[in-house]
Parts: sequence; C-alpha cells; structure tokens
Amino acid sequence: MAEQKTVWTGLTKQEPLVAPDQTYASITDHISGTVLERKTPRGMIVTLAITSVLILVFLTSVGYLLIEGVGIWGLNNPVGWAFDITNLVWWIGIGHAGTLISAVLLLLHQHWRNAINRFAEAMTLFAVICAAMFPMLHLGRPWLAFWLAPYPNTMAMWPNFRSPLVWDVFAISTYLLVSFLFWFVGLVPDLASMRDRAKKKWQKVIYGILAMGWRGSAMHWHRYEMAYLLLAGLATPLVVSVHSVVSFDFAVSLLPGWHATIFPPYFVAGAIYSGFAMVLTLMIPAREMYHLEAYVTDRHLDYMAKIMLATGLIVFYGYMMELFFAYYSGSEYEGFMMKNRITGPYWWSYVALIFCNGLVPQLLWWKKLRTTPMVLLAISIVVNIGMWLERFVIIVTSLHRDFLPSSWAMYSPTIWEIGLYIGTIGLFVWLMYFFIRVMPMISIFEIKHLIPWKGRTIDTSADAG
Amino acid sequence: MAMKTQRREIYGLMAEFGTPDDILEAARKASASGYVKLDAYTPFPMEELTDALRLKHTKLSLFVLCCGIAGCLTGFFMQYFSATTDYPLNIGGRPLNSWPQWIPITFEMTILFSALGTFIGVFFRNGLPRPVHPVFNVDRFEHASRDKFFLCIESSDPKFDAQETRAFLQSLRPEQIHAVPF
Repeated sequence: MAEQKTVWTGLTKQEPLVAPDQTYASITDHISGTVLERKTPRGMIVTLAITSVLILVFLTSVGYLLIEGVGIWGLNNPVGWAFDITNLVWWIGIGHAGTLISAVLLLLHQHWRNAINRFAEAMTLFAVICAAMFPMLHLGRPWLAFWLAPYPNTMAMWPNFRSPLVWDVFAISTYLLVSFLFWFVGLVPDLASMRDRAKKKWQKVIYGILAMGWRGSAMHWHRYEMAYLLLAGLATPLVVSVHSVVSFDFAVSLLPGWHATIFPPYFVAGAIYSGFAMVLTLMIPAREMYHLEAYVTDRHLDYMAKIMLATGLIVFYGYMMELFFAYYSGSEYEGFMMKNRITGPYWWSYVALIFCNGLVPQLLWWKKLRTTPMVLLAISIVVNIGMWLERFVIIVTSLHRDFLPSSWAMYSPTIWEIGLYIGTIGLFVWLMYFFIRVMPMISIFEIKHLIPWKGRTIDTSADAG
Repeated sequence: MAMKTQRREIYGLMAEFGTPDDILEAARKASASGYVKLDAYTPFPMEELTDALRLKHTKLSLFVLCCGIAGCLTGFFMQYFSATTDYPLNIGGRPLNSWPQWIPITFEMTILFSALGTFIGVFFRNGLPRPVHPVFNVDRFEHASRDKFFLCIESSDPKFDAQETRAFLQSLRPEQIHAVPF
C-alpha cells in the first residue's frame, strides 16, 4: 500500500487533513472499529446514565404539562411566551451549523469538513427534534398538532397562511426532513462498510438492512454524487430560510425590540455561531474519548474557531445596530425598550449577554487559544450560554414592559419550564452519544476521498462527496 | 454450446485491484477493448470512472428540477386556493390574493419536493434497496467497502468468453481474479 501512504501534496505548509500514515484499510477499521469492536467506554456509560435521568425529568415535565396545561408555566400577560420560544430558537440555531458544515462547506470545496460533517449532521437532526418539542407543547393541546398541517378536514378550516407561525411549521418540518435525508444519504455507503466489517450476525442484519444493499458500483456512485450535490444545493438556501422564518416570528410583529429589518441576517449569523459552538462542545470530548486526532486535527478546531469568531462579530454588530436603531429612529418606544433592556429589571441578562457573546469570543483572535482544545471547549460553552441569553433578552425584555404601564409584568420560569429545558438537553446528549455508539461518527468514504493518489490530488478534484 | 452454458453459470468475472490508479487504468483498457457490460466497485466515489467506463451521465438533476417546480406550484396554489376561493377572509378590504405572504411556504414546499425527489430518484434509479446481488457472492467483495477496487465484466456482455475474458483481465495485472457465481 505504498501508494496510499503518499505524503500530503496539497496545502503543503499546513498540517494535513488526514494523518499521512493512514491507509484506506486503517481508516475503515478505525472508524468502524470504534462502533463494532470497542467496548463502550466508561465515560459513555456514565453520560448515558446521567442523561437517561434527564430524559425522565423531561418526560415528567411533559406528562404534567399534558395533564394540567400551560398554566403550570410562568407565562402571563404580556409575557405570553418565554422559555418555550427561547429554547426553540436556541435549539434550531444549534442545528444550523450541521447544515452549514455539510452543505455550504461542500459547495465551497472546503474539504476539511469531511471529518466533521457526519457528526454535525447528527447534531442538526437531534437539535431540530428538541426544538420542535417546544412549540408543539406550547400549543395547549399538543395532541391536536396536526391541525397545523393543511389537510381536508370536516371543520372546513385552513391554517392561516399569512401567519409567520404557520411559515415556521413548514420551515421547521421541511428542515427536519431534509436534514434527515441528507444525513441518511451520507450514511448509506458507510453503513455498507459497517455491514461488511460486522462480525456478529445481528449486526450484519441491521447494518445490512440500513445499507439497502449498497455495493459501491461506479454508476451508483455517479448518481450518488449528483444527489449529494443536489441535496447540498437545496439545503443551503433552506438553512438560511429557516432561521429567517424563525426571525419573522418576531420581526413581522409590531413590537419594539422585535420589529427590525436586521433580524433575519442577524438571526442566521447567530445560528451559525451557536451551532459551531455546539459542534466544538461535543466534538472536543468525543475526540479525546475515541482518539480521533488523526481525522479531527487541530487545524479543524482552528477553522471552526475562526468561523465562530467571524459569525460572533456579525452577531455583536447586530447588538450594536439595535442600539443605534433605538437612538436614530427617534422612536420613543424603541428608545424606552432599549433603556429598559439595559437598565431595567433584567439588566443582568443583557450584561451577561454582552460578556458571553461580545467579549469572550475575542479571545479567539489568538491562534494559541484556538488550537488549545480545553480553552476552546470553555469558550464554546460560554458562547452557548450567551446565545441562549440572546434569545431570552430579545423575548422577555421586549415583552414584559408593554405600551401601557398597567400591562407590565415580570416573568420568571417555573420548575416545569426548567425541567423541560434541562430534559431536552439530556435527550439531545443521549441521542448524540447513542448515535456515536452505533453509527460511524466520521464519514468513512469521505475521509478516504481526502487521500491523494497519482491520478488525482485533492486540490484538483471536482468536488468532495 | 459450451460457451452458452458458461454464460448461464456465472454472473461475470471480477478483477481485484489495490489502488485507484490501477482500476482507473484497467477500466479505460476494458472499455477500449470493446467490453460494454462492465462495472467497477470502489470504496469511495471516483468521478474519473464515469468516463473511463463510458457510463451515461445521470439526468437526476432534471428530475429534481421537475419535482421542485411541482412543489413550487403546489405550495403557491394551495395557499391561493385557500385564501381566495375556499376560505376567503375579508380583513379591512385588503386584497385576498396577498401573494408576498405566500412566498415563504412556496419556497419551503419547493425545497421539500426537490429533496424528496432527489432521495427517491437516486435510490430508485440505482435499483436500491436490493440486499441480494451476485457480486456479494464473492468472498473478497467485502473489501469493496474497505480498501480494494473491483472491475467486473459481466457474462451478459456480447464479447464475454470465460477463457478470453479471464486472459484479458490477467493482462491488466490485477491482484486477484474471481468468478462471480449467481
């Protein structure tokens, strides 16, 4: 296999994307072996145990909600939604990095994404599942959620297509389905590798069914690559549209603090920012646990940190523009809202937001910090908190002081809202770790695609896929 | 007569190669010598093989475009029908056909239909799911998803002859040659 050990010929001055001692066989055996041969690491059993408890918390919160209704939450008039929508936007935003990594970076020929796209796509899928819980449960009667879909019914009713909330239903359900298809299509060739590597009969059967009889025929690959490219091309505008539509939930209303044209781009940037933070938060421990430094190199961490810094600066620009609009519009209500946001009863959340999203990410200007995994992990956790605070600030501080002082009220979450939120975090982490345990968490065939051979070096290849 | 029996006995002959360069070279030579019913099996996509094996380029994108247009029209006219015909709401005399508000859902439906079309299109055209296929009968074939590259000349090829084809494959200097039983 001397040919396969060719030293990296592309970007010579940088660390290679795949360690040069890796061969086709070693990549397959290592990545599939982490699933098929390795015993479940103790850290993973502990994590699954803790998150299973959190799932019970989630189920309890949902169960009590179904019995009692949304009255058990801390909502009031004027704060008609708070934790639920904050968490929806937070989770959806986290999901967006997965699509960005798998689709946008594919179209831009960023081959380094091949090491992290599978992981990020799974993250997207699970984050969107968590996100969809909140608006569904806030419906009051979640078992009638199907009323949101346009279907011929005996009531002769239609959803109100003029409402951004209905746009949201379409955007999020489309996003969930397309993310699933993209993830599954990407998995099929690797499931075939798993099928062929599996030793036990039941493993062969399960992976065999999922791989659908993939055999790597040249004609199949040809169509497959086209399909993959098409899905990437479809997912790219989709991801932008989803968070734009989410921001329309606010921007289309007439509330000061929400009614701003900057919302769609600023939300999309924020989504990518929080999503990359979440990829790093999950990837750094997984990389340590499974010794994946050969594929997820420090260069990958560096790139992700750079994207986080860039989008973080866009988000910070958004905060500054909100301040500027409040001042320059001359609108009394805008001005009051902003003053209340900074100096009102929720001042602490605004200060914490600026600290987490404005100041801490500036550390990423230093390359040393970008390539030190533990520092990067800490920064990414702070960013996750900051992005949660951003949605909380936008929602609660805009709502709680209505136009008339007689309709002012404070909001604080009840234990059931907190339980639901913590519960979805448990569900998300559980799904992530379960996925790592049973599926190849790095795309095997796309990593092989990065190994240059005589007829082709990676820089001249038409596209990765 | 002997040749005809051979044809029915096996699916084809398969040569195993160790590197992408070798299979590309072999695929080019096999097409050049007039074999038409042949296929390559590789652990990762090799765009170069499409032309080397003279395969037809896929029309998947055209199909997806049609799906997208169908989704776009479905999305728009569903809302148009609802708002102007089936369930008109007079809100302060504003126009019933408030089309700018239909755009987000029209867009999402376009993407939804196209993505479903892509998914169904690629697997349907590839004839998958198909868990049983003659190539899986070769023991070494499990390496096709790992580290080896296979070129298979099928017995349905008009030029196929058990001895000659085997000799031809031998001339390509493969690591091994396997007969593919049905």
